[in-house]
Amino acid sequence: MSRVAQFLFRRKGGKGWHWTDIVTWVWLVGGLFIMFGPAVWLVGSSFKSPAALAEFPPTILPYVTQKVTVEGFDKPLDLYEVTLPDGSKGKLAEVRRIGVVGQMINPSNPGKVIKVNISQRTPVRAMSFASGNYTEPFTHFDFVRYLWNSVFVTVVATLITLVVNSMAAFALSKYEFRGRTIAMLLILATLMVPLSVIMVPLYSIVSALGLFNNLWGVILPTVATPTGVFILRQYMLTIPDELVDAARMDKASEWQIYWRIILPLTAPALAVLAIFSVVWRWNDFLWPLIVLSRKELYTLQVGLSIYSGELNVQWHFILAMTVVTMIPVVLVFIFLQRFITTGIAGTGLK
Amino acid sequence: MKADVSGKTSLGLGEIIMLPVRFAMGLIDTPLRWLQRMTGIGGMATFFLLPNMLIFGIFVLLPFFINFAYSMTGGTALFLPDRNFVGMGQYSRLFDCSNYLDPNSCAEDTFWTAVGNTGWFVVLQVTLMIGFSLVTALILNRDLTARSFWRAMFFFPVLLSPVVVGLIWKWILQRQGLLNFGLYGFGFEPYAWLNDRNWSFAATVGVSIWAHMGFYTLILLAGLQAIPKDLYEAAEMDGTRPTRAFLRITLPLLAPNLLVVIVLVLIRAVQIFDEVYVLTGGGPGTSTLYLTQYIYETGFAAQLRNPGLAAAASILMGVVLVVLTLLQLGLSRSSEKNGGRK
Amino acid sequence: MGHIKLTNVAKSFGSVDVLHDINLEIADSEFVVFVGPSGCGKSTLLRMIAGLERPTSGELAIDGKVVNTVPAADRGLAMVFQSYALYPHMSVRQNLAFGLENTKMPKAEIAERIGEAARMLEIEPYLQRRPGQLSGGQRQRVAIGRAIVRRPVAFLLDEPLSNLDAELRGSTRAELAALHARLSATMIYVTHDQVEAMTLADRIVVLRAGRIEQIGTPLELYNSPANRFVAGFIGSPHMNFLEGTVESVQSSKAVVALTGGHRLEVPANGASIAKGARVTLGVRPQHISIGGDTHGIPAKIKLVEALGSETVLHTDVAGQKVLVVAPGQYDLMPGADIRLSLSTAPLHVFNEKGLRLGHTV
Repeated sequence: MSRVAQFLFRRKGGKGWHWTDIVTWVWLVGGLFIMFGPAVWLVGSSFKSPAALAEFPPTILPYVTQKVTVEGFDKPLDLYEVTLPDGSKGKLAEVRRIGVVGQMINPSNPGKVIKVNISQRTPVRAMSFASGNYTEPFTHFDFVRYLWNSVFVTVVATLITLVVNSMAAFALSKYEFRGRTIAMLLILATLMVPLSVIMVPLYSIVSALGLFNNLWGVILPTVATPTGVFILRQYMLTIPDELVDAARMDKASEWQIYWRIILPLTAPALAVLAIFSVVWRWNDFLWPLIVLSRKELYTLQVGLSIYSGELNVQWHFILAMTVVTMIPVVLVFIFLQRFITTGIAGTGLK
Repeated sequence: MKADVSGKTSLGLGEIIMLPVRFAMGLIDTPLRWLQRMTGIGGMATFFLLPNMLIFGIFVLLPFFINFAYSMTGGTALFLPDRNFVGMGQYSRLFDCSNYLDPNSCAEDTFWTAVGNTGWFVVLQVTLMIGFSLVTALILNRDLTARSFWRAMFFFPVLLSPVVVGLIWKWILQRQGLLNFGLYGFGFEPYAWLNDRNWSFAATVGVSIWAHMGFYTLILLAGLQAIPKDLYEAAEMDGTRPTRAFLRITLPLLAPNLLVVIVLVLIRAVQIFDEVYVLTGGGPGTSTLYLTQYIYETGFAAQLRNPGLAAAASILMGVVLVVLTLLQLGLSRSSEKNGGRK
Repeated sequence: MGHIKLTNVAKSFGSVDVLHDINLEIADSEFVVFVGPSGCGKSTLLRMIAGLERPTSGELAIDGKVVNTVPAADRGLAMVFQSYALYPHMSVRQNLAFGLENTKMPKAEIAERIGEAARMLEIEPYLQRRPGQLSGGQRQRVAIGRAIVRRPVAFLLDEPLSNLDAELRGSTRAELAALHARLSATMIYVTHDQVEAMTLADRIVVLRAGRIEQIGTPLELYNSPANRFVAGFIGSPHMNFLEGTVESVQSSKAVVALTGGHRLEVPANGASIAKGARVTLGVRPQHISIGGDTHGIPAKIKLVEALGSETVLHTDVAGQKVLVVAPGQYDLMPGADIRLSLSTAPLHVFNEKGLRLGHTV
């Protein structure tokens, strides 16, 4: 442990501590709790039973009050650790509570009712992961449907984005034609027209095309991303034009030049765009919320927000569904964070 | 990023992606060669541009232009031909106030509440966001052990969906939440933070900073790392004190990145919606009702929806965004000229 | 096969005219070199023949067929690019095969052609490698191989040696000459290096500012340059130029007074030289001899470069720089005064417009 501390706190050049070092470590350790803490708490909570979730103060780990089934009672009874008036201790099940007195029985000898003051009893608790939080939404809600809708939207939109954007980027980087500058400016100008500015007319257009309450209505408006065209074009500009000339001399058609020469060489930039696109589409919320009004078409994000906005929020399910929704993004984060962070630093785009 | 045309790295990924596609692409090639023969190489350029432009035209340009038409019509009908022309009626309704300093005196008082809320939100969020991300970037730029871990740590929430962010914090700020649990340890009574007008507003500011800070930190960090180390060494040789080095070297050289980040944060703060909608739903009351939510509710969710009014409000918001974007373009261009750094 | 003819070809990019009125005929299996300073339009001319650029006006014919509108792929030509333009994501074999596959050639024939070219160029050991794993010289061979397998009507080479180091450039140059002899195909070669042009070409086309200055065999250009530009461009080190005025003209010779007063007799065959005209005398550094002769031109030594086999003298003749390349070794110091003799030197006389007088070829 001290070795680890030594490693973490060692100072290059062996200089002494400065006040900025203290600020640095306070900031980083504080950041550790603030950045990861909330998500960890959410994951921890998602394993708690509804009763445990309603408790205050909450426990860090998921505990449940133990129950026993006793002959002659339909429902399982709560089990308590009881100190009897004679000073002896034992585990008793509570039948009912009247005021400050609980009527308790011994599960192994259910015939005799013992009256115990409630201050003399503490619930017997054991750690238990409420896996039902995860399994039940799959049967009770259309959770599988939402999951499928989200996956469908994400995968299809990303594929179309890659194809359509790379084609446009190819045209804008390797051809000289009239209107090229105008096309480029138009695409860049899109950055100024976010969804919130055009949602009313966009909704009418999507409806007119019959795409209201249709996953394609969610997909199509998102695929002509200016960012994607921009990233890919910048990358393609660094591919020498002589390669295109060489391919033309080699009797390659323009289409072949696109998919056999340019696309393979653009693979790194395509990968960056693919990752961004997956995260964008998986996280999209406002537009799906507008276009999808039928329950069976909801994406995960819409489904989650609708259920969490209901009067009688079933937090145990919401939390578990949130965790599931987080999983792909967390996987992307764990495996590709270095790729993404250098990608953003390199392109300056999100 | 630059294309690696030296061919030193194996491009296995590209090849694997290409394999199943190869057959289909070959099939398309024949008709496309035909097309190329008919239209020439210039025609093929159009062909490559067309799908993107088509989608872009239908789903971005067209709505952009008919938005103006929508803003001049009234009624609840969805399609433009069914709507009646009201001229500037929607705009004058938005601006119909007896006292311009008091939102409650306006006919469309929720609009002005949303404008006011958004204004305060933008001022607070942008200031704090810049402060936090600048400090974090400066700290990450130090000679740290495991720097890439710390950098990733601050970046983590950026990838989370706004809905998840909203739910995470809603769960923490609720009465039985983690925050009250922590305060309980210090003897405070549990408090429903999100039911308090001021606290819920503060929560929206804090949560949006938490969610996006890592992104801007990354841009600023890239800017810091582009500052040549020998400048600091030269300053040290000249006996410059660290605070002076920060003010005279770091800040001026970081200024281009800082300006870009400020405008980016501004633009996104004006459009804030998703995480707030999930976290507070605009409440309690209208204390966290921001512009995008106003537009959304006026256009889609309200009982008596009014697409014309929503369009008019969205155009006003668009004007603000265009001004901010042009500001960014101008700033980044002038900083490129002055700094010459990228 | 491989007969290329350009008639009044011009090219402009927007309002910038890059090539003016080019007339050129290249015979089958001829090795023609386009040479000129950078920006003279030689690469554009080559790309136009290739079909990568379209002429703005004029006519371009290959084997008697006008090909102005024929796309590059259908002209039957192959090109070697300055950067080699090898496909980085394909192996050497795939690079060679790509162009053949596009013509739907049977696999067996493709393999056979690749094998043949690989043997010829000695690149067989690298066929499975990627271009990035090859040295500059090996890449260059692959680039040539990619052209050879196509069996084109003509090879177009755009500064193919400029990315090699000096030593490799020399040996590759010799190999290219051998390759041309072996393939006996038309080759059009673009370079800014006059040594490459002199050593490789059957005929050289000298270009300047989008115009052809002279077309001829290497020795024609060396011995009778059409104008001052060609005279200065061909030959290494550059020809010396001395300003002067014609003092008197006789039937076969004229007397020219150089700036500084020294008088020289020059051959004047023809009446194109007039008394009092300002002319420029051109003499190659190798043709000047150092002599104690009092008739020689007085010069002051600025710098001595002793190369062993020869000595290069930088001298000053009445304010004009004159370079002398003298065989052997001399014990001379900067600052010394010497006399230069032009008595045996072939002299070129250029008029005020830069044209060589008595240029007949």
